[in-house]
Amino acid sequence: MVQFIDVFKSYENGTKALRGVSFKIQDGEFAFLVGPSGSGKTTIIKLLTGEIAPTDGRVLVNDYDLSNIKFSKMPYMRRTLGIVFQDYRLIEDKSVYENVAFAMRVIGASAKEIRRRVPYVLELVGLDTRSRRHPQELSGGEQQRVAIARALVNNPRLIIADEPTGNLDPARSLEIMMLLQKINELGTTVLVVTHEKELVESFSKRVIAIDGGKIISDGMGGYYSYER
Amino acid sequence: MKGNRFFYYIREGINSIFNHSFMSFASVCIIVACLIIMGSFTLLALNVDTVIDTMESQNEILVVVNDSLTEDQARSLGPLIEAVPNVSRAVFVSRDKAWADFLDTYEDTSRFEGLDSGIIPDRYEVFLEDIALMKQTQQDIAELPGVTDVMAALTIMQGFVRIRNIVTIISLVLVAMLFFISLFIMSNTIKLTTFERRDEIAIMKMVGATSTFIRWPFVVQGLILGLIGALVSFLMEWGLYQLVTEKLISGAGFGFLTFLPFSQMAIPILAVFAAVGLGVGTIGSLLAIKNYLKV
Ligand SMILES: Nc1ncnc2c1ncn2[C@@H]1O[C@H](COP(=O)(O)OP(=O)(O)OP(=O)(O)O)[C@@H](O)[C@H]1O
Ligand SMILES: [Mg+2]
Repeated sequence: MVQFIDVFKSYENGTKALRGVSFKIQDGEFAFLVGPSGSGKTTIIKLLTGEIAPTDGRVLVNDYDLSNIKFSKMPYMRRTLGIVFQDYRLIEDKSVYENVAFAMRVIGASAKEIRRRVPYVLELVGLDTRSRRHPQELSGGEQQRVAIARALVNNPRLIIADEPTGNLDPARSLEIMMLLQKINELGTTVLVVTHEKELVESFSKRVIAIDGGKIISDGMGGYYSYER
Repeated sequence: MKGNRFFYYIREGINSIFNHSFMSFASVCIIVACLIIMGSFTLLALNVDTVIDTMESQNEILVVVNDSLTEDQARSLGPLIEAVPNVSRAVFVSRDKAWADFLDTYEDTSRFEGLDSGIIPDRYEVFLEDIALMKQTQQDIAELPGVTDVMAALTIMQGFVRIRNIVTIISLVLVAMLFFISLFIMSNTIKLTTFERRDEIAIMKMVGATSTFIRWPFVVQGLILGLIGALVSFLMEWGLYQLVTEKLISGAGFGFLTFLPFSQMAIPILAVFAAVGLGVGTIGSLLAIKNYLKV
């Protein structure tokens, strides 16, 4: 569950990135967050992951109140999230398998749990035959699927993807979106930030549109007023 | 701590040392230099201290009692002298005893024929608590009624005391300086690793690794480097001490000096070296990783 309550965010240089944003995403939902460049999408994602704090208002994520969360609680909040970026952020000198296993190991999972879980998620994203390869031996779409596997491996309640298809051709992009939809159908809440109008319109999902740091429309289907 | 996590920290720490072998070598060297200088000055200070202690236990000042006093009157001065601050003991030596002692030092006493104890006065041998205060004590005793003279071997003692003080000050300053230099080099060595691994650190934070977990491999790296530094410098210090004391005893007129055996100081020195090495390692690594853990 994600809830923004009248959130304002000003950066240190004075830029007002968000000016009173409120929305709520229920458990199990699939939502797109769309808007022009500089409208505040990444700012919303960074607030969700605790990378930055709101200037005003409240941010709730999976039962944590990020407006006044203790520093020591932050890692446990992050374990309820899976995060995917446009640039994949894989570790180049680790294999596909190790990249995914790494995410489990660093939160203290046992070797046994890792051996059981990693092959399962690699199969889920369709990379079970690629597990020994290194990231630079994979296509962009495959690398992004490794990143999704890594986001999934700790069984998060919410997957957040910031422009996950930004570097991919339309066919690969569609594949990635289908994969995220499949993950959503398995019970994980999904929030996807994207620029790509066609992509959004080929799924009939909830679309939250933002411009100039404000929500300008929120509903099922297309881009709504953002199209104008 | 779970077993697999413990081995993970150790493995990561050792890998980082080999990945940056040159800087690791440099930081071990600087710790070794720091510890050897610190250790050498400490050993020097300890030895000078022992010399001073021996002198203190042997050394006395001689208090000469006024000739006109009877022996009973002279004996009654004892408690007065012992009441002077810094005096630990005052032993009365009558003129007869002093005369007999004096004659004892000569094999042929014939040339003192015709003389008797009347020519030397009664005296006290006075032992001090702290020879550094000898001058003051000497003056205090001289002011007592019935005392004609106070004789002391001040200069040698004061020389040693001055050496000890200088050695102490120099070693404190050097140790402080070298400690900060080692810390600086150590934290920069580990910063190379944290910089190289910044992506990994970012991913660890993203997936919810705790700060403690992220820190450990770097702390282990620092601890291992510090420990190696401590052990190497302990062995080198040992060899150096052996070499220098042997050279001094056998050579150049220092034969009268005795040195503390290294074995007697080995355990405290090893403990201090290990503590400094591990301390530099831990603090250095915490400084190196600090900036990555803010968000
Ligand atoms: N660290 C920062 N410091 C100052 N201003 C920032 C910072 N990050 C973003 N901004 C500003 O805040 C506004 C919103 O930025 P944000 O990154 O949220 O936009 P976005 O919707 O993600 O854009 P894009 O589609 O190009 O990624 C922009 O005006 C941007 O210049
Ligand atoms: Mg953005």
